[in-house]
Amino acid sequence: MSTSNLHVYVMAAPLLTAFFVNLVGRVSKAWIAPLTLGCLAFSSAASIIVLGRVMAYGGFSYTVGNWQAPYGIELVVDHLSAVMLVLISVVAFIATMSALKSTSQELPDQEYLFFTLYLILIAGLLGLVLTADAFNLYVLLEITSITTYGLIAMGKGRAPLASFNYIIMGSIGASFYLLGVGYLYLMTGSLNMADIAQILPTIGGGAAIATALAFMLVGLWVKMAFFPLHGWLPNAYSLAPTGAAILVAPLMTKVTIYLMVRVMFTIFSVDLLFLQNPAVQNGIVWAAALAIICASSLALAQRDLKRMLTYIIVAEVGYMVGGVWLANSTGMTGAILHIINDALMTLCLFLAIAAILYRLGSVEFDSLQGIYRKMPITMAAFTVGAFAMIGIPPTAGFFSKWYLLLGGIEAGQWGYVVALLFSSLVNAVLFFRIIEIGYFHKDGEHHGHEKLAEAPLSMQVPLLISATALIVIGLGSGPLVEKIIKLALPVGF
Amino acid sequence: MSYQTSIWPLAAVLISLIGSIPIMLSDRNPNLRESWTILIALGKVAIVASLLPTVLAGGGFEFTIVEVIPGVPLALRVDAMGMFFALVASILWFLTSVYSIGYMRALNEHAQTRYYASFAVAISATLGVAFSANLLTLYLFYEMLSLSTYPLVTHHQDAEARRSGRKYLTYILGTSIGLALPAMLIVYSLAGTLDFKIGGILSGTGASSQTLALVLVLFLFGFAKSGLMPFHGWLPAAMVVPTPVSAFLHGVAVVKVGVFSILRVIFHIFGPEQLLAVNLGWVITTLASITILVASMIALTQDNLKRRLAYSTIGQLSYMILGAGMLTAAGMTGGLLHIAMHAFGKITLFFCAGAIFVAAGKKYISQMDGLGRRMPITYLAFFFGSLSIIGMPPLGGFISKWNLVIGAVSSDQLLLLLVLLSSSLLNAAYFLPIVYRGYFAKAADPVFDQGIKEAPLFCLVALSITACGSLALFFYPDIFLRLARLALFS
Repeated sequence: MSTSNLHVYVMAAPLLTAFFVNLVGRVSKAWIAPLTLGCLAFSSAASIIVLGRVMAYGGFSYTVGNWQAPYGIELVVDHLSAVMLVLISVVAFIATMSALKSTSQELPDQEYLFFTLYLILIAGLLGLVLTADAFNLYVLLEITSITTYGLIAMGKGRAPLASFNYIIMGSIGASFYLLGVGYLYLMTGSLNMADIAQILPTIGGGAAIATALAFMLVGLWVKMAFFPLHGWLPNAYSLAPTGAAILVAPLMTKVTIYLMVRVMFTIFSVDLLFLQNPAVQNGIVWAAALAIICASSLALAQRDLKRMLTYIIVAEVGYMVGGVWLANSTGMTGAILHIINDALMTLCLFLAIAAILYRLGSVEFDSLQGIYRKMPITMAAFTVGAFAMIGIPPTAGFFSKWYLLLGGIEAGQWGYVVALLFSSLVNAVLFFRIIEIGYFHKDGEHHGHEKLAEAPLSMQVPLLISATALIVIGLGSGPLVEKIIKLALPVGF
Repeated sequence: MSYQTSIWPLAAVLISLIGSIPIMLSDRNPNLRESWTILIALGKVAIVASLLPTVLAGGGFEFTIVEVIPGVPLALRVDAMGMFFALVASILWFLTSVYSIGYMRALNEHAQTRYYASFAVAISATLGVAFSANLLTLYLFYEMLSLSTYPLVTHHQDAEARRSGRKYLTYILGTSIGLALPAMLIVYSLAGTLDFKIGGILSGTGASSQTLALVLVLFLFGFAKSGLMPFHGWLPAAMVVPTPVSAFLHGVAVVKVGVFSILRVIFHIFGPEQLLAVNLGWVITTLASITILVASMIALTQDNLKRRLAYSTIGQLSYMILGAGMLTAAGMTGGLLHIAMHAFGKITLFFCAGAIFVAAGKKYISQMDGLGRRMPITYLAFFFGSLSIIGMPPLGGFISKWNLVIGAVSSDQLLLLLVLLSSSLLNAAYFLPIVYRGYFAKAADPVFDQGIKEAPLFCLVALSITACGSLALFFYPDIFLRLARLALFS
């Protein structure tokens, strides 16, 4: 591994800017936007360069303070984390364009506080995909969680309660994870992931290791809202300030899926996970299928677009957990591709919601009547996002679903295949219900003639970028899979 | 067969998709908007026609857009079978556009811009299906067609349109995602490719006959646009749309896309030999026969003219599937030919139904007595269309039905012969009385003797041309016959 420190700057930029935003933003609001967008633009550009270097030369690492591993903290970039870096920083950059506008409307005069937390959250997410240290991962996980608690609590109405609920659940999850790390440390005497992975096969502590794995996985499942541990998510995400939801909804669960993959295959190994006890693997795939079906069904019961989406997010978590645990290369490809695609789909839909909220102040179904005529551009982009969620080619959502389904067929996991198809059909119902409501007018009103009120340009632009990205990534998914994701698969796939 | 790389197939597909943009932009100026539509339609016919000589000479064109899944690119290919369908669709789109102008303006319909734009996208998707080089590309355009026709189905925006739209999507999207998509995935996991190949791609994959049967049934029902029972319910419901939409989409494009997809799967995914070897033809013919008979009988009971035409369509579509399922040379030729013959016949009938609605405001057959004397040209065209659907000489429908009959006899499936003949009788029973009562019955409404005239010129011209087309196809079926033979036996 060659040494380089560019990837550290990707993470450091938003972290350092967070303090400047806090200081300067107090004095003058005008500085918040350029500082935030500037540092995220830098992170995006730098992360793309990092990805390019990883593609050309392979992964590299950075040891903080020059303390060598296994004692020092190591920040490692491989193909998978480079992809995640790009995803996080680019999604954050696009989301911020819109978040600035909705925050200035929803939280006037608190923007400097909001964006301080917001940037630390992004830094935490970037750190999570870089760290090669199991305990450090816990620290960063708590950084992202605590900033998220704060952001959610800034919302209106019952938001502080939802945030409190999330704190309880999140802390339980974190404790589970920490317990798991504790077990591992007892057994191996190390916290460095690569180091633990080397030691594990040499010691025979079956039950203790399995317990450690179980604790860590359950901890992460709580954090990613894997059904039935999802209870905190719908309220937290739907009551959060819009600006926070745009960022958290696309990224948080997806980064946690990444962490699950990281823990499963960098600390533990394929043999330990799949071969020792096939019943566990089967059980988890079935749990994923159940998660997909239940969360999709719950989504059907919602009468508010934002809440509906939160349940879809929970269902999508089931897609990816199932895909990873199919234990074949196709399913893993699908899961990783779906991390990217789902982040972009959720981003697109939440940006559309932000635009609607900015104009209408509500995304309850009843208030959406005739919205296609009022906000044609926003709704066009929303429709693209909806098609991606349903999985209609050539949008990106179709292709990751293709790999997931194919992986399910190859593994003979028919329950999972049926669950995926069921969820696609439910998504079709969900979104066409919205399209129907938005496309038709109130009863007795054949032609709506209200004044057109399209969202401001600064919200339309990111929305259109994300909608376009869904189609471009969909059409480019062949090269994307062949050139990048195949290399990003964990060892053994 | 060798295919030369060419951008023209892509141009043929995209011209109307891109063309929908100027159509939308000229919202304020209807004359300009309709000029765009006509211009694009002509361009489309011209591009398709320019590809025809090469295909007739045994060649073809190919264009790979992008490789999206290993071994499965999004790719277009113009072969004889695709050309066959593209030719029918693009010619009839042009005529429908002409007809639409007369119809939509006479009724002063709302949201005409959306109507023309959706239409343009829909025809792009139709040509995309015709020119798809593999199942994935076909699926993409199939879904694109489903979605782009939703605004057409719900055009009137009232409660009934809303219900029909919901039903339409439930059937079409539900089956394509729930049945056709998994079938496609199973094929891919068996064969590692989804390419359309003569002789099929499933032979030699070692798939058991149970798997093959499952995949076949998934495909037959998955492409629910073909109206195979019990997934036909959307078709009569979708008849609430403006008549040109019914004429083109539900007489020609949408439903034929369903049949075309099934035929593609039978011919180029399974391959007739493979199906003969595992003896699965009877599955197809049984499902098709039931649909033919039941639909024809329901058609007899319908008083709403468009609903009667809808059920007639359901029955006729299964003729094509039946022909393909016979797995004999004549049967398959007949099935494929019926796509063209039925298209010209049925579009004429729908045009006539629309013309009657525009001129007299009548929807129900029982109210049309004596109307033929006031609208002689329309009724003559209706008579031609009926004869073609029944399969009487000298109209095009005879040729395809003749082939189907030969197919049934040559494969010793006399039961199918019985199905064909009894259905033809039923066809005659539900069409000919309309013509008879139109010309000879006592006028149902005294108004008929006063103000009613023929429909606007645009409508009249279009329906006359399609009626003459039906007639001409009996005497000059050569192009379609040659394309069908090339598609099946080269």
